[in-house]
Amino acid sequence: MSDWQPKIVAFLCNWCSYAGADLAGVSRIQYPPNVRVVRVPCSGRVNPLFVLKSLENGFDGVLVSGCHPGDCHYISGNYIARRKFATLKTALEFIGVEPGRVQFAWVSAGEGEKFAQVVARVTDDVKKLGPAKRLVKAAGGGQ
Amino acid sequence: MKQENRQGRQERQGAESKTLRHAQSDSLTGTARKLLKEKKADLVIGYERGSSGRRARPAVIREEKDVDRLIFDNTCGPSLVPFVRKALRAAQPGTRVAVVAKGCDGRALVQQVAEGQLKRDQVVIIGVGCGGVVDARRRTPDARRPGQEASSVEREASGVLSDSCRRCRYPNPPVYDVFVGEPAEARTGDEFAGVAEFEKLAPADRWAWFERELAKCIRCYACRNACPMCYCEECFVDQTNPQWFGKSAERPDTTLFHLVRALHTAGRCVDCGACERACPLGVRLGLLNKRIEQEVRERFGFTAGLSLSAAPALAAYSEDDRQEFIL
Repeated sequence: MSDWQPKIVAFLCNWCSYAGADLAGVSRIQYPPNVRVVRVPCSGRVNPLFVLKSLENGFDGVLVSGCHPGDCHYISGNYIARRKFATLKTALEFIGVEPGRVQFAWVSAGEGEKFAQVVARVTDDVKKLGPAKRLVKAAGGGQ
Repeated sequence: MKQENRQGRQERQGAESKTLRHAQSDSLTGTARKLLKEKKADLVIGYERGSSGRRARPAVIREEKDVDRLIFDNTCGPSLVPFVRKALRAAQPGTRVAVVAKGCDGRALVQQVAEGQLKRDQVVIIGVGCGGVVDARRRTPDARRPGQEASSVEREASGVLSDSCRRCRYPNPPVYDVFVGEPAEARTGDEFAGVAEFEKLAPADRWAWFERELAKCIRCYACRNACPMCYCEECFVDQTNPQWFGKSAERPDTTLFHLVRALHTAGRCVDCGACERACPLGVRLGLLNKRIEQEVRERFGFTAGLSLSAAPALAAYSEDDRQEFIL
């Protein structure tokens, strides 16, 4: 178990967080290799169904990251997203999914350092929680 | 023999409900007759006695001679709002539908107007004060419990009210065209007490509870069909491209169905309890919805179904929304 590594999916918005991840890369900042990045146009594009399906299909953690409030390329995408995330997080934790499985962040295109820190923190949190069991469909059951 | 017994019981129960709400039912029929006569409404959607005396079913009244079928009492549980939508969709443009609305139904209608699903002038809201409706599933074993002392209808009813009715704060519709009978008095106390109690449990215990509840689900979608706010032409669980979640009644699939249904009704659910009463397996669906309602109210200051024009909470934003949970 000690060598278990969590699988984490990160939904990054095209305009800020994805560029932030890129900056972390070109700046050669080290961060845990546990995240699989999915680039989305905006954090507002992240349907809560993405998060839930990720968990069902076996990801141990989910990170959603977008532009800081006021910086959205589409003006208000991240504000709308913020309300969706607050509701999603409440619902997940209420039914007993561990806090920390699903996390949200604002990372701008200039924050390569912060991106690395966020990934390190999320990876660390999920490692402490162990492999996801709740909401997960048995192997072969998912599509 | 058995048949006779059943009939006798039905008659008795019919008499009970008449004495309980006699006055209200009378002025309800009078109001409906007047609306039809004066052509203020083309049809009236209300309740009539079901085939079991313990239940009421939706009734669509188009002619004056049928208005005497209308009743209203504490068995009138199903939300009529889905029927209003169906009637309007099938009808000629310009049709006006009158609908008997309890507090929760009135709020659902208001919320639908706010969401652009209905026009205010398409419906005539016949408001009724509601003292809560009975969960028929609870009533039957209670009434048959051996050795139970004969109780008044009122007392019996209070023991078998729907969960959502026990915590109801809006027994009267916030918006109506005519009001029949006396407004009901709102309950006091903390409507989120059940939620707070549940949240004291550890996450693992909460999960175990939800697993147990949702293991009962057979995916019949009665909850979705009964829901006044579930009006999508194509539900996410029916989509095949992409197919979001499996259609099985296995637990991860059922859990995700109910979780996402709760999220889709976030800031819209009026806690009418129609889903719980419709569920043939008695899954307690209302708790998660109530928690989300609490979050929406505390975080966004929004309560569904009170304003005809306010944007739904999840379709709006404020720059000052709290974001303590975001890294």
